[in-house]
Amino acid sequence: MAEVILKNICKIYDGGVLAVNNVNLHIRDREFMVLVGPSGCGKSTTLRMVAGLEEITSGQIKIGERVINDVPPKDRDIAMVFQNYALYPHMTVYDNMAFGLKLRKFKKADIDKRVREAADILGIHEYLHRRPKALSGGQRQRVAVGRAIVRKPEAFLFDEPLSNLDAKMRVQMRAEISKLHTQLETTMIYVTHDQIEAMTMGDRICVMKDGLIQQVDDPLTLYDNPANAFVAGFIGTPPMNFFRGMIIARDGKLVFHEETMEIPLLDEWKEKLEPYIDKKIIFGARPEDIGSEQAEKEPNSPKIKAQIEVAEPMGSETYLYLSTGTQSFIARVEAHKKARVGDKIELSIYLPKAHIFDSNTEKLIV
Amino acid sequence: MFKKYGTFSKVAKLLSLNIALALIAATLVLPFTWMILASVKTLEEIGLDSWLPRIFQWNNYADVFNVKGIMFGRWYWNSIFVASWVTFLQVFTSSLAAFSFSRLKWKGRDKVFLMYLGTMMLPGLVMMIPNYQNMIRFGLINTYPGLILPAAFSAFGTFLMRQFMMNIPHSLDEAAEIDGASKWELYWNVILPLSRPAIVTLTIFSFMGNYNSMFWPLVMMKSPDKYTLPIGMLAFDSSQGQQTNLLMAAVAMSVIPMILIFVLMQKQLVKGIMLGGVKG
Repeated sequence: MAEVILKNICKIYDGGVLAVNNVNLHIRDREFMVLVGPSGCGKSTTLRMVAGLEEITSGQIKIGERVINDVPPKDRDIAMVFQNYALYPHMTVYDNMAFGLKLRKFKKADIDKRVREAADILGIHEYLHRRPKALSGGQRQRVAVGRAIVRKPEAFLFDEPLSNLDAKMRVQMRAEISKLHTQLETTMIYVTHDQIEAMTMGDRICVMKDGLIQQVDDPLTLYDNPANAFVAGFIGTPPMNFFRGMIIARDGKLVFHEETMEIPLLDEWKEKLEPYIDKKIIFGARPEDIGSEQAEKEPNSPKIKAQIEVAEPMGSETYLYLSTGTQSFIARVEAHKKARVGDKIELSIYLPKAHIFDSNTEKLIV
Repeated sequence: MFKKYGTFSKVAKLLSLNIALALIAATLVLPFTWMILASVKTLEEIGLDSWLPRIFQWNNYADVFNVKGIMFGRWYWNSIFVASWVTFLQVFTSSLAAFSFSRLKWKGRDKVFLMYLGTMMLPGLVMMIPNYQNMIRFGLINTYPGLILPAAFSAFGTFLMRQFMMNIPHSLDEAAEIDGASKWELYWNVILPLSRPAIVTLTIFSFMGNYNSMFWPLVMMKSPDKYTLPIGMLAFDSSQGQQTNLLMAAVAMSVIPMILIFVLMQKQLVKGIMLGGVKG
């Protein structure tokens, strides 16, 4: 159990590609930290540097009190679960889990005890003498987790462990890994490109893009107060809607203006928005804040008119894909709302939860 | 009656295919059959038209061991001994080299591998004289190491093993590294067991090639007690005049190890391994 500290970490590959750019991250003891981002954002490279599978170009990584830059992977006291499981195909489940302990010269009785403990936790007792090829994807991933558990490392590293599983299995394993974290009380670093995994599992989430950290926060803070348009768009499904337009001042009020819509903005935003008058900005609103019950109830909610292009009933709610003529967006409305493709409707926007981003830097203004 | 197999044309196709295959099989089996039958004939019967012996001379097999000047048992052992060592060493050195060429990262690795492959372009006979000179220098003429060592390294074997090892997922190396395995432990505990199909293939090639090897042992071995079977069996045709029936009995016995190796290894080959430990 230990904290993991990344200080000014950079990774430049042979071809001069900057994969990780000055990453600073403090992962607390026993924390479940999720690194999330689109492919190529440097999240896996960062994890692999913590594991020791990639060399660090510059910067410093500490696990606990130890600087581990030049420590080989086996001496870092970490365990890793890979996307493709990486089980040894010629060994039984038992031997797969025992391999690391055998190499570390553990006593036979001790190995047996640890393997059986782990098998109990993961419910893989009955497969102990099977080979990996005789297991399903979910079972294999459990074995891979088991191989990590038996070592009782200071930190667990997960590299997209659920990506190869089917949707149902993924949901189940997600819960199991979260449970495991509570049970083992160990630092876990988890890499995924799936923002739902990130939201549901992480104590905190580190969103990355192009080798840079965009924001590190707990899931709800990330959702409610994204640092920039990228984080806002990446976290949440369906993603946040962005409307590109200008802020103009009219009768002492600020208004978001676009060819097909005008949205009067909240007075409390005035101070922060004043420098942006007559400048381009991005107005962001999540699908659930457009046309929702809360938005419709609020008497001062601004309205936008749009035509329904697609309606997707999900059962519990319906997603409407709409177009104002120049802007397309998604609204998440009540399941039984009367909506037919082609209809023109008027939807309210719940402003207190909307955001405005700088059009150039994409940083959050309000 | 054709219903079970389909229409008439289908049956005709099947039939002609089977006849063709039977003919090919026959051309392969016939010489072998002739050899077995000749091995139980008397010497006089060998040149006759009849394939079948009048009386089966099973004692020919025992006689092989008692012909003056022929140390069949000894040569048999020599052949197996030399071929086994060569096979063992070739598999070991080839797999180790292949491990380095496929799993380790070092500067110029692929260039060195190409050069290594380049040696395969040289005909074996070109290597004969330099090899022989080296053996003189090391004082290994007329010794078993002199037979074994030059054959202990194989560019072909390295190539075969490397191509196979390249298909083993690299995440296994990483998992083993994190599990605490040294490079040797990775080779020995993970990569080598997973390369079994390639090892089996190389074992068969290597054993057969060396067991049948004629030229190098002929050059190297001076004293008859150190001969291997291929050179030793020349004696059936020279020292005591032609003894074709005994020669055939000797040959029939000499192929037993190869058949055994093939039967045993084939089972392993078929069993093979599925890389079920990774995504699939």
